[in-house]
Amino acid sequence: MARYEIFVTYKQGIFDPPGATAERALASLGYDEVESVKIGKYIRLEVADGPNELARVAEMCDKLLANPVIEEYRIVETEGAAR
Amino acid sequence: MTFGVVRFPGSNCEQDIVIACRYLGIDVDYVWHGDTDLSGFDAVVLPGGFSYGDYIRTGAVARFSPVMGEVVRFAERGGPVLGVCNGFQILTEAHMLPGAMLRNRGLKFICETVPLRVEHNICPWVDLPEGTVVRIPINHNEGNFTADPETLARLDANGQIVVRYCEPDGTRAPGGSAPNGAADDIAGICSERGNVFGLMPHPERVCDPEASGTDGQPFFTSIVAHMAGV
Repeated sequence: MARYEIFVTYKQGIFDPPGATAERALASLGYDEVESVKIGKYIRLEVADGPNELARVAEMCDKLLANPVIEEYRIVETEGAAR
Repeated sequence: MTFGVVRFPGSNCEQDIVIACRYLGIDVDYVWHGDTDLSGFDAVVLPGGFSYGDYIRTGAVARFSPVMGEVVRFAERGGPVLGVCNGFQILTEAHMLPGAMLRNRGLKFICETVPLRVEHNICPWVDLPEGTVVRIPINHNEGNFTADPETLARLDANGQIVVRYCEPDGTRAPGGSAPNGAADDIAGICSERGNVFGLMPHPERVCDPEASGTDGQPFFTSIVAHMAGV
């Protein structure tokens, strides 16, 4: 079994309302050093071993877990889950 | 002419559509999201609500409901499809309409009646003169429509932008008139052929003058007249 961590974020140039709000909130708390905040999603998959595993995870992202019109994703394979 | 109103788990405006249709003398029935037969329906409506709890993204899961494959084929045959609010979100997720929805600018769930301006458009769902201003309620958290600049330009050039948010007098504020931050003040768009129409506002809620008003009526009666060849 393999474990995949998926980070979904807005594409460059897409306005990120939660990120923009957090950015303003941090500035109002005095954290002037913050130049940008982007907020995204974290998804963790545990996948049974099989052929084309990574390609299939990417397909899952394209189909359902992310919307390619506005989002991009990064897949990180981590240690296999202990069983 | 019979409308089919799809019920997804979490839809909550399907009854409003049915009540509006009946008030306007349009035959209407519900379609279960697990059904795959749309024969007998002349138009399909995807109603508002929170299909599948809005999980992952609004409309992202509903798009894969068994009925949606048939809705795609129905639209490909030229059948008229209307998506209201969550229905519009589902249509973009299904790539039946371009663009996508972001959370409202300011992160507020917005529930208010707003002015909309009818644009020059190719959509048979809205047969109103260009520049007509109607007042229709919006009720959403993710109505901040976005698309890349090329898509926005194409929508505009093709007459696919059907209704825009505007000021009460029909003008558009220099900083934008969309309460949710939608690109180009877009409230509703149609497909290249015009038969698929999605909008965030709820015209079904302003069809009965005793309850609210009549500004939403043309959003249902136009297509009936169009299909009848009137």
